[in-house]
Amino acid sequence: MAYFLQQLINGLTLGSIYGLIAIGYTMVYGIIGMINFAHGEIYMIGAFISIIAFVVLGLAGVTYVPLALAVVLMTTMFFTSIYGWAVERIAYRPLRGSFRLAPLISAIGMSIFLQNYVQIFQGARVKPMPPVVPGGFTVFESGGFAVRLSYLQLFIMLLTLVLMIGFTTLIAATPLGRAQRACEQDMRMAALLGVDVDRVISLAFVMGAALAAVAGLMVTLYYGVVDFFIGFLAGVKAFTAAVLGGIGSLPGAMLGGILIGLIEAFWSGYFSVEYKDVSVFVVLILVLVFCPTGLLGRPDVEKV
Amino acid sequence: MTAASGLAVDNSVKPRVFWIPLLKDAILAALVAVFLALPLVGLQTYDIGGGALGIRTHFDWVAIAGAAVFAGRLALRFLQQLYRPRPAGRAKVFATLTAWGNRQVLPITLAGIGFAVALPFLPFSSRYLIDLGTTVLIYVMLGWGLNVVVGLAGLLDLGYVAFYAVGAYTFGLLARDLDFTFWEALPFSGLVAASFGVILGFPVLRLRGDYLAIVTLGFGEIIRIVLLNWAPVTGGPNGIGGIPRPSFFGLPFARSAPEDTTTFNQFFGLEFSPDHRVIFLYFVILAMALLTNAFTLRIRQLPIGRAWEALREDEVACRALGINPTTVKLSAFAIGAMFGGFAGCFFATRQGFISPESFTFIESATILAIVVLGGMGSQMGVVLAAILLVSLPEFGRAFAEFRMLIFGAAMVGVMVWRPRGLIAHREPTLRLGAASR
Repeated sequence: MAYFLQQLINGLTLGSIYGLIAIGYTMVYGIIGMINFAHGEIYMIGAFISIIAFVVLGLAGVTYVPLALAVVLMTTMFFTSIYGWAVERIAYRPLRGSFRLAPLISAIGMSIFLQNYVQIFQGARVKPMPPVVPGGFTVFESGGFAVRLSYLQLFIMLLTLVLMIGFTTLIAATPLGRAQRACEQDMRMAALLGVDVDRVISLAFVMGAALAAVAGLMVTLYYGVVDFFIGFLAGVKAFTAAVLGGIGSLPGAMLGGILIGLIEAFWSGYFSVEYKDVSVFVVLILVLVFCPTGLLGRPDVEKV
Repeated sequence: MTAASGLAVDNSVKPRVFWIPLLKDAILAALVAVFLALPLVGLQTYDIGGGALGIRTHFDWVAIAGAAVFAGRLALRFLQQLYRPRPAGRAKVFATLTAWGNRQVLPITLAGIGFAVALPFLPFSSRYLIDLGTTVLIYVMLGWGLNVVVGLAGLLDLGYVAFYAVGAYTFGLLARDLDFTFWEALPFSGLVAASFGVILGFPVLRLRGDYLAIVTLGFGEIIRIVLLNWAPVTGGPNGIGGIPRPSFFGLPFARSAPEDTTTFNQFFGLEFSPDHRVIFLYFVILAMALLTNAFTLRIRQLPIGRAWEALREDEVACRALGINPTTVKLSAFAIGAMFGGFAGCFFATRQGFISPESFTFIESATILAIVVLGGMGSQMGVVLAAILLVSLPEFGRAFAEFRMLIFGAAMVGVMVWRPRGLIAHREPTLRLGAASR
């Protein structure tokens, strides 16, 4: 029971991170119908920028943790958003209206490019990160096994919750969110009615990148190591989360993220750590084969 | 829609350059570049020992990036404004080239094959060059195999390396446990890979293009992870070693033969040279690649090949005409996988050692890049792209570090400027009436 609870906590933490990345996939897919394969790389860049920001702050002598966290969060989100914006502008916008697989291939190219770009300028070695938020408390104890909830895990879950509430409000209740939903339903009609479609798409990428940046920061704090290759697997897992939740659906992405986090945690807890990545791929394949619309998605009608 | 940027210029009027928006645009682009470069280029982290990081600043690089983007953007926009009225010019050059290429297909092909056959005997040829040629030919073969799936049938397969791995491991296991030779194992490698293609393809081929791409990527990774972790059978990360080299109709390439066998050099009365085997391997892969090509060219004329192309162009119409998309896709998948398996078998015998490290996603991406850059569906394009991608980094070792960077950028660039491929593009073999687009 205690072991189960511990895996649940670990899974929820992991799931929060996947969920934040998954939103970027699902939002872009909802509006322009493409898989932003480079999104995992954006998340990796977020992780790198956050670690750089931490080091710079450390050198500048900022030792008050909440202040450091807030500053790092802001800078990471800012710089990563620019990356998200630039990727869309360079690699996807010129391809709108091209054949269906063109943006996907372009995205794969972008993903390879960004990986190697970071590898060249930041080095291929794993970047270590000393723990910033230490400590935690015991939630529950039975049979000599203590269920620990670290302050960091609490921070990750709470921050995710806050961001989700903020983001949902943004989509549901602001003019920007309205424009976004309009573009999702019918891009041409929205354009005719005066919605600046280019701007809406750009903003979708910017928001997705900002959320991925937060995920990157969380991973940096949680695992304490970052390398240029983390984006690939995290990207695939988050994409699986988006598909599981129903691609195009924002609450679905979050739900899918948490489910994927739980699946991964329980799989490595009860079966085998070596095959934990296989579990995610298997889920992806099963969902796509048996329930391609996901849990909360709308059926996709193919028109001639 | 494409004229959204910049200002409209009447064709009849002498082109005018609007400097203010031009400069504004360039400054903005440079600013973005500076912001992009600032954290990742300008602040380089490095180990200072004890699990801590230090920072090196490279603000000069950031400034260079900004200046370069400013100049580049300015030049690009300037030229665009100056030459706006003739956007077709560049396309025309390419079209003429392609048309010329299409008319000269036979001579070019013959010249290419002739050159490939003569390569080991040319005066400037060396062992290094033949080795490089062998590598290029492996990629050409993989490219042609993947071309069946991506170029002809229009299915984006991001896990093609899985079949390559299956072929290689089939031979590795057969050789290790059952003492198979290369030639005995070759058909099995193809067969097993093709069966994997069917098994993996069957449940997922109903999916739409981009979903299929991600699922195939998942398959590629699953196979790699299994190879990595199923140590009792696959040797895990250590892989399988001691894979036998191919023999020339039963004549091994060796300095001294075990009793009652004759070596290649003894049989032909030549002095022993390790180059013989290298040259032989080169010819084996050349023959395999050419067979792949011949097979593809032939099958394109058959109903199944026509069905692939038709399916690529319009799936709904195909279904309406009574073509079963799943079977047709499955056959393309299986045949592509089979060629991947053959190539994998050759790879295993050439290296003599295989491990999961050789079969990562980046390998799939490389093969895909060859197909895409060459122009999907174009056989000639694959050859040119493979030569370009495999041999370019060899010519400058300093360049090697940037190889994948340029790779990625080239994939984006080709999609943006010439989405149908850099070198050529295969139109459907048959088309009713005038081209509809």
